[in-house]
Amino acid sequence: MIPELGQFALLLALSLAFAQAIFPIYGALRGRVELMAVAVPAARGQFVFIVCGFAALAYAFLTNDFSVAYVAANSNTALPWYYRFAAVWGAHEGSLLLWVLILAVWSVTVTVFSRELPVAFRSRVLGVMGVVSCGFLLFLLATSDPFTRLDPAPLQGRDLNPLLQDPGLVMHPPMLYMGYVGFCVAFSFAVAALLGGRLDSAWARWSRPWTTGAWVFLTIGIAMGSYWAYYELGWGGWWFWDPVENASFMPWLAGTALIHSLAVTEKRGAFKRWTVLLAILTFSLSLLGTFLVRSGVLTSVHAFATDPLRGVFVLGLLVAVVGGSLALYAWRAAKVRSIGRFELLSRETMLLLNNAVLTVAAATVLLGTLYPLAMDAFGLGQVSVGEPYFNSVFLPLGIPLLVLVAIGPLLKWKGERWPDLMHKLRGPLLIAGIALLVLTWWLWQVSLGAVLGITLAVWVATGSFEALRERVSGRRNSFTALRRLPRSIVGMALAHLGLAVFVAGVTAVNTFESSRDLQMRPGDAYTVGDYTFRFDGTQSIQGPNYQATEARVEVLRDGKSITVLHPQKRVYQVQRSPMTEAAIDGGIFRDMFVALGEPLGNEAWSFRIRLKPLVRWIWFGAVMMAIGGVICITDPRYRRLLAREAATRQSTVEERFSEART
Amino acid sequence: MKRYLLLLPLILFGAVAVMLAVGLTLNTSQVNSPLVGKPAPDFQAPSLQIPERSVRLSDLNGQVVLVNIWASWCTTCRQEHPYLMALSEQGVPIYGIDYKDERPKALAWLEQYGNAYRAIAFDAQGRVGMDWGVYGVPETYVIDRQGVIRHKHIGAITARSLREQLQPLIAELRREGES
Repeated sequence: MIPELGQFALLLALSLAFAQAIFPIYGALRGRVELMAVAVPAARGQFVFIVCGFAALAYAFLTNDFSVAYVAANSNTALPWYYRFAAVWGAHEGSLLLWVLILAVWSVTVTVFSRELPVAFRSRVLGVMGVVSCGFLLFLLATSDPFTRLDPAPLQGRDLNPLLQDPGLVMHPPMLYMGYVGFCVAFSFAVAALLGGRLDSAWARWSRPWTTGAWVFLTIGIAMGSYWAYYELGWGGWWFWDPVENASFMPWLAGTALIHSLAVTEKRGAFKRWTVLLAILTFSLSLLGTFLVRSGVLTSVHAFATDPLRGVFVLGLLVAVVGGSLALYAWRAAKVRSIGRFELLSRETMLLLNNAVLTVAAATVLLGTLYPLAMDAFGLGQVSVGEPYFNSVFLPLGIPLLVLVAIGPLLKWKGERWPDLMHKLRGPLLIAGIALLVLTWWLWQVSLGAVLGITLAVWVATGSFEALRERVSGRRNSFTALRRLPRSIVGMALAHLGLAVFVAGVTAVNTFESSRDLQMRPGDAYTVGDYTFRFDGTQSIQGPNYQATEARVEVLRDGKSITVLHPQKRVYQVQRSPMTEAAIDGGIFRDMFVALGEPLGNEAWSFRIRLKPLVRWIWFGAVMMAIGGVICITDPRYRRLLAREAATRQSTVEERFSEART
Repeated sequence: MKRYLLLLPLILFGAVAVMLAVGLTLNTSQVNSPLVGKPAPDFQAPSLQIPERSVRLSDLNGQVVLVNIWASWCTTCRQEHPYLMALSEQGVPIYGIDYKDERPKALAWLEQYGNAYRAIAFDAQGRVGMDWGVYGVPETYVIDRQGVIRHKHIGAITARSLREQLQPLIAELRREGES
């Protein structure tokens, strides 16, 4: 009964999505207030029903209702309850439901935080979100119904993919989807502005906090996925250029470009057309990414063979949303005039270059991701484009970007004189120059890449500090001056500092990692660097739904024990797949990583031992970027300006409404 | 002029959409490699597992052999790997060419997914791949007893291509040599 109620709730949500898509947009076109008023209650009602649908599916998982086909395929009674809950989004149907739920969450958030927006504009925004929601709910109900029943119901389920049975994976997809779907808000603001024909800097200011919010979630989501791959896949790598990873990286790159280009549009009224296009492209890449991953097109075109309708529907949705918005862009953007002239040496130029690099980077990833698909489409077979391609194209893109990151925030809008810039840059130049000399002397023989990478990290970090220092220098009390700095400046500096930390981490891991694959018998010890790893033997462990062999490896330094690591080799009972659980001793300056390989007979085992210096900085850096984003969103400037605009608009709007009513 | 530029994103997206549509409808078909029917280019490259030792294709002359191009960075290789394992268990000698890879990563990959190969040539620079005309990973070649390439499979081996193409061809080539 509950699953049928869930399905019914989704049908009701679909009908409300239709109302939300049609009436507000039509009402805004005709100036009919009563039609525009549908937007908010429709969005909120839709949210309530989608929550009901989601809760029904979660209930089926928690109560082991194997008469629901999706539950039977992805759960098992031996699975702990929290993984049974997370299994809701463990496969195609459920993750699509999660997608729709998160879209509803963002829609409701828009209804709450956009009271000060002009009514017509808010109606258009919610209407566009309604269109997207309609498409996804239709896709869900028509081709990927999670509530389909099995008769007779099996006694036991097939269990969740063991790779997904991990705390990291419980939170990773919701975070990632919050990011993906969050760009729908920026997209809807852009399309609403195109529909209304008013693309001004107010539009850019309204969409800035939403864009940054989505970007923060996506950053965290990607970092979590990377960390998960690091400790779960058992190879000790942190990024694999996997199509699944690329699918989240493309919108991140485009979103990062969008954040910067929105800044120019808001402050200077420049790049308007480009910013709108970027907002559309960012969400399009999110959509494309979701589809490529979820539909299985990337791993095999023939995944659709089981249900050809799904593929056609996906493509139709993509064409309708992306094609529709791009057509609208081609039609309406011609009217937009960008104002604001600027010199060659100005912050505008820097942000333009930033956008160029980030867009090219996103296009590069897109090319690398779609190339295998194109090959397959033209009957040339399935191939992978992997690390060699991405590494060789990302290096030449990354270096200029890092050089510019330090300079951009120091430049004035409109134009700056070269001597002034040099004066501001003297600190960063001096420190980075010293770093370059020291590093060259120290690492000349080891790796020039490391010299370059760490120098750039130092350069970006000092540049970020300089951006703050420059604004407080000359004040009598620099501490209060620092506290009074606009939050958006502090957030930006922190995010850029995060980039520096990230670059330092990547460089250190790539250069100084020591790795050894070896076999050890109980009692054997192996020394790498200052550390000695001693293998003390194995024991069997019985987990809730797996059996494991656990090794005891004691780590010693100067003869003293530092820690004991317990890497495991697990076999999950239902799916019989072996899994490596690496043991990691994490630290700020180095990670010790031990993974258990295969038994080699005679009590000997193969081991993978890695010493990874600064590897955690990769994720620290990402977290700093995200915190920087959060600080930017909380800048009270946005709310103050909204309130002021609303106050000045109130009278005129009311006049127009009374006209519309009559 | 300006209007035309504004249409550009739509046009580009249209091209991508057409490609996706073609991808949905078309089945993977065969392309003829210029190498099919020609003697397989011999290679000599260091072994992946034991760098001091070298791997040569001519070591296996007189048998029906598969040559599989793979890499640890290649995600589609993971999909086809179970089929290679199955072929290997049926006694088909498979030579691997580890294409543009890093040794520790490749070794870890083998440990995780199993080793289906009689021997693996470590082709870090992609030179062997150049001789073989590799333009994507994975690719698989079927070589007969005379050392002639009889078939080239581009992309991942699937259950279907294994059943309908590779296995019948291998059986046929084995009989051919005996008669």
